Amino acid sequence: MGTEKIKENRRKFFKSSVALLGGTLLYSLLKPFELIAQNKEDAVKEDKANDTLWGMGVDIETCIGCGKCAEACKIENNVPKEPFYFRTWVEQYTVKNNGKVKIESPNGGIGGLKQSVPDKDIFKSFMVPKLCNHCTNAPCVQACPVGATFISPDGVVLVDETYCIGCSYCIQACPYGARFMNPVTKVADKCTFCYHRITKGLEPACVEVCPTNARIFGNLRDKKSKLVKFLQKKQTQVLKPHLNTHSKVFYNGLSSEVK
Amino acid sequence: MEEHFQHLYQALSHVDGYIYPNEIDLHWGLMIVLYPYITGLVAGAFILASLERVFNVKVLKPTYGLALLTALAFLLVATLPLVSHLQHPLRSYEIFMTPNPTSAMAIFGFVYLWYLMVVLLLEIWFDYRLDFVIWSKKSTGFKKYFYKIITLGINDTDEKSAKLDDKLGYFITVLGIPSAFLLHGYVGFIFGSIKANPWWSSVLMPVIFLFSAMVSGIALVMVIYMVVSWVRKVKIEMPVLDTIAKYLLYILIIDFTLESLDQVHRIYEAEESFDIIKVLVGGKLNITLIYMQVLLGTIIPLFTIGFFQIYKPSEKIRKTCYFLVGIMVLVGIFFMRWNVVIGGQLFSKSLSGFTSFSAVYSGMEGYLMAAVWLLLPLLILAFLLWLMPPWKKISFKVN
Repeated sequence: MGTEKIKENRRKFFKSSVALLGGTLLYSLLKPFELIAQNKEDAVKEDKANDTLWGMGVDIETCIGCGKCAEACKIENNVPKEPFYFRTWVEQYTVKNNGKVKIESPNGGIGGLKQSVPDKDIFKSFMVPKLCNHCTNAPCVQACPVGATFISPDGVVLVDETYCIGCSYCIQACPYGARFMNPVTKVADKCTFCYHRITKGLEPACVEVCPTNARIFGNLRDKKSKLVKFLQKKQTQVLKPHLNTHSKVFYNGLSSEVK
Repeated sequence: MEEHFQHLYQALSHVDGYIYPNEIDLHWGLMIVLYPYITGLVAGAFILASLERVFNVKVLKPTYGLALLTALAFLLVATLPLVSHLQHPLRSYEIFMTPNPTSAMAIFGFVYLWYLMVVLLLEIWFDYRLDFVIWSKKSTGFKKYFYKIITLGINDTDEKSAKLDDKLGYFITVLGIPSAFLLHGYVGFIFGSIKANPWWSSVLMPVIFLFSAMVSGIALVMVIYMVVSWVRKVKIEMPVLDTIAKYLLYILIIDFTLESLDQVHRIYEAEESFDIIKVLVGGKLNITLIYMQVLLGTIIPLFTIGFFQIYKPSEKIRKTCYFLVGIMVLVGIFFMRWNVVIGGQLFSKSLSGFTSFSAVYSGMEGYLMAAVWLLLPLLILAFLLWLMPPWKKISFKVN
């Protein structure tokens, strides 16, 4: 009797073990296919997301260097006020009569850029707003060791704050100096095109406050969007095209002095 | 944080020309200088060990075990400066859990593990297993238990098992050579693959890192061999030193040629970034590159050992010179890493200006911490030499 009971118990144990193991295995095998099983409504939503590809146009010809964009960005996104952390900033280029180029961006242009070169020495001067270029071939995404920085389905380069290990490799990999290490959160930080706003139909803070409409935000795939019209009408360029990053921030009136 | 801001405000006042506003903070400091430095010492020491084992340079026998244990001691510490530099060190395990396959840094974690677990530990184990069995019978206390456990229950002492150990150990050393190349070539790739930085982005970077690693590792084992012999009060065998120095010379020549090639290429092509790099080399890196790396770390050692190939002065002079040359090479390679890591961040990616670097004494990124990371492997090595002295091995006595 006794031995039979033990045998039965053992059989039960084996049965449940096999069921548990098999179940786990089956679940992990099926997990990748869960997308197929999603209901149609979800699938349609996803298609819509795929239709959007966010980008920005910057019109150097209209930027006046007031720095409101950089200021609004800091307020909107809780960027530390110290002058070492910027998601966006404005550079002032002054080409002197002797051919030398002076570039300045005190406090990222916040408070307005003022000319420091006497008028008689100036050949030409212009302002260049800078931000993350949301590259399609983003070197930062390529470099991140844990995949904490990624490109959203609508083309925005984002950082998962709960996942970033703070190694700074992405900061080294960014050719545009658009990333910084946030001293509060201790993770890599950068422009998100104000993702929390654009997903609600609003414009990024910098675009909204620009008094001269020097920043044009929109959907690159929407032929009627302001951005596509801007790209149609103006001769635009991207920064550092030789690096083949396929930037999604396009500049009108970009001069060769701009680095 | 306030202290950090103060540091940055100071750096801001030292900016020369224009840099992007996010570039004032140098993200990689002393810790990232140490990381390739220590990893390089590992790769170099291992390759010296394999010279004896695989390439049959029998005269180097007294340094074989020493080189292996040196490699292990430094490898155990190699990733610590890297992890301590992370802003979220507790998340570092994510590199292994969810590695990004396109990231050079992510794959390094696996190369490191492979090297530590498969190559170094296994090779040392096969090399020492027989001795562990014998020592476990002779020793008492902690050592006895350690030896007993580390034999993993394989207590055969017959000739057949010793031969098998030797065969497997040999196989792993053969496997270890490309692994050591991979380990340090990979560290070079972490920098060489960054196209945003013209000072780093070079196809030669992995090769340069590899050869400079060999140079530093060989110099380290040479110095350690001398120091250990002094401490043990045994005679330093001059053929050993002469042979190590000869290999140091060969590799140093290759290393210097490669680095010169890299620079000549830059100068001749004179691309967009050349203007700023020229100023960097002539200015901010003048002392660390020209004097420390090239003159002290390369030219003087090259000429000294080169001269000894033609004319051999007395043993005493040679010994002193080898010791000094070893130290000079070690300092030189440290500054080579410095020039790559710090140098690459001193100029702006706008190619229009410079920021400055001033290391602090205290804190996780300071000189004191750096000293700890450099001393720790030496302490580990001393412990390993006490626990498993290569000169007490049976095979050591037999040969």
